[in-house]
Amino acid sequence: MFRVIRAPIDLQELVRYVTDPSAGAIATFIGTTRNNNEGRKVIALDYDAYPEMAEKELRRIGGDAKKNWRIERIAIIHRVGPVEITEASVMIAVSAAHRDDAFQACRFAIEEIKKTVPIWKKEVFEGGEVWIGTQTGQPLPERR
Amino acid sequence: MKVTVKFFAILRERVGAGEITKEIQAGSTVADLWQALKADYPKLAPVDTRLLYAVNQNYVRPDHPLKDRDEVVFIPPVSGG
Repeated sequence: MFRVIRAPIDLQELVRYVTDPSAGAIATFIGTTRNNNEGRKVIALDYDAYPEMAEKELRRIGGDAKKNWRIERIAIIHRVGPVEITEASVMIAVSAAHRDDAFQACRFAIEEIKKTVPIWKKEVFEGGEVWIGTQTGQPLPERR
Repeated sequence: MKVTVKFFAILRERVGAGEITKEIQAGSTVADLWQALKADYPKLAPVDTRLLYAVNQNYVRPDHPLKDRDEVVFIPPVSGG
């Protein structure tokens, strides 16, 4: 299950989706929005996405995770639009026969999301706002 | 020929629109289109370093040739998660 949605994410929905009789582990990751970044007091976050391509990239990441680790199922949901401090912007759930594969695939998924999925975060802080990524000098992904 | 250009995040704000249709010459590449858009929207110029290019929802190289009715998106450094 790979989705970009505008509503709050329900962890139980992901867990239900990846639950599998042959799995001995489910690893989950919840990315939450925090109230500070690089010394700035963050008031709110607003995510924008190219939704069709973002879901396609999430599917690609899920496919790569299945190739690289012995996992049963994977679900990724990213939220867009305004996300309040402490709320979740992304959730990942991975089931596998063994915990090592579940943990590693889950870690892989969040790292890849940050590199290639066309989703952008605008940070509203005291005294201004900024699109993260555009100004921070992070290198571009080298895919294709 | 005509292509659809969608703008997101900082580019949407700079252009003031989420989607436009642009008439371009046959044989134009994605990079040519970006140059033309910068002429139309001078506010785009400061963000043109580190862009990625997507055509019909696939990442492509700057020299990718465009076809009539392609959907083109310019992708500034992503920051999801």
